[in-house]
Amino acid sequence: MFSWFGKVSFVPYSKVADFAVHLKDGRMMGSRCKDCGYTTFPPRADCPQCLSGNFGFKEYNGKGKIYTYTTISAAPTGFEDIAPYTAAVVELDEGGRLMAWVGDTIPLNELKIGIPVQVVPRIFDDSPEIKVYYTIEKPGATWKKAPPPHLG
Amino acid sequence: MSRVGIIGAGHGVFGRRSDATVQELAFEAFRLAIKDAGISRDELDATVVAAVPEYHKQRSVAGVVQEYLNLNPKPTWLTEVACASGSAAIRTAWMAIKSGLHQVVAVIGCQKMTELATAEILALMGRVGEVQWESIFGTTFPGYYAMFATNHMHEFGTTHEQMLQVAVKNHFYGAKNPNALFRKEIQLDKAMASDPVASPFCVYDCCANADGAACVILADESRAKALSKKVVWLDGVGCATASMSVLRRPNLVGLPSAVEAGQQAFRMARVAPRDIKVAEVHDCFTIAEIMAYEDLGFCKKGQGGKFIEEKRSYIGGEVAVNVDGGLKAKGHPIGATGVSMAYEIVKQLRGEAGERQVPDANVGLTHNVGGIGQYTFVHVFRRD
Repeated sequence: MFSWFGKVSFVPYSKVADFAVHLKDGRMMGSRCKDCGYTTFPPRADCPQCLSGNFGFKEYNGKGKIYTYTTISAAPTGFEDIAPYTAAVVELDEGGRLMAWVGDTIPLNELKIGIPVQVVPRIFDDSPEIKVYYTIEKPGATWKKAPPPHLG
Repeated sequence: MSRVGIIGAGHGVFGRRSDATVQELAFEAFRLAIKDAGISRDELDATVVAAVPEYHKQRSVAGVVQEYLNLNPKPTWLTEVACASGSAAIRTAWMAIKSGLHQVVAVIGCQKMTELATAEILALMGRVGEVQWESIFGTTFPGYYAMFATNHMHEFGTTHEQMLQVAVKNHFYGAKNPNALFRKEIQLDKAMASDPVASPFCVYDCCANADGAACVILADESRAKALSKKVVWLDGVGCATASMSVLRRPNLVGLPSAVEAGQQAFRMARVAPRDIKVAEVHDCFTIAEIMAYEDLGFCKKGQGGKFIEEKRSYIGGEVAVNVDGGLKAKGHPIGATGVSMAYEIVKQLRGEAGERQVPDANVGLTHNVGGIGQYTFVHVFRRD
């Protein structure tokens, strides 16, 4: 169900599609190669290190630091209704980076490179379909998690 | 090793060309290049067309261009690496000639961007970032470079004012280029006050979408010498890549592909950065030109802001950069841009650049970036 991920979905399929199901359950998943142990976020099905396709999900705690950011005023098709919005890259404490929107708990005048943040799984409330994403919030932000996952 | 030379160059007018189809734009540049070379169309063995297909209603644009230029049944093929497609076409022409397969090859860069609306172009360009993990957050092309700018400012103290000084310079020279989209100078304070696009960028940090075409004709050493008295030699070609995703880059203060491609081209041409008198660099956004100064070794990493502030990239400085107006003032029809850069260097090295001529220009360079540095091509040109 990778089509669940994002306000607009460009690729509704992926070998790591269950990422979106986990995100709906409140879990942010990277991948771990079952053969060589290489871990990465965002997850990937195929190991860039040993070429194995034998992967599993690994939960990330979403803690990290702001790596860079921009407030986008001129929005592309499908995003005009929410402009201006601030997108940032987070360097995760557990390795890897992600792109996400900066949430309401961090006012723009407090947004700086290097500040600690918490990435929080989200579901769009006003969408008839399931649409999941994540936002960047102040450390200590909490969210609901479903019972432990049963998916690969 | 035998050399590859450019024997002809032509350039159409860049702009919102609602008067012409993509093949008509290609014809304008081609006609001028053939005339400039002083050869007959029969001398050509093949063409390489550079264009990014998603912009055109017409599928497989190389075919329609080849027919309209009346070049069937000669071979043609298309190259696509986003905004670096033009330089990729020059590289494949160089390879075709070096291999001995062809002796004379025309490279035609052409793009009709305005078949699409601006928001659609923003969406399309934003998808040159990684669509699975990034574009779903509404990333845009200016947004990506803005993220580089944010980091460059943070790490080196580069200012938005320094960035906009790049735009002021490029408009200053663009005003002297009859093929440029914007032919007027701009003032720094007005630029600073323009509408926000993606912080820290405002409108004047960004190049404009445009329609247009450019053409260069390449030949092997023996044909070049036989056909032309004003050959400009393409002595160094470099090309490198970096991750599609900005999430997987080593840093966001430069383009590793540009550093690598530059070093390859300098090595092959046996020149150093200080030998370059005139350069065309990929200023799709103001920060991109500042990073290009650094990545190419015109100054140290982090000193690019100062480099423009001290006007060292103006004519009379250490290296004249984008004296045709750059993408910023000339416009950026993405498939045409790399070929347009080569056109300007050819004119400069021949001493035919008129009011914007760089004195004693004998070695020149083009730096053409695809996407957000996923691909960079650096070419070094020399006049004997």
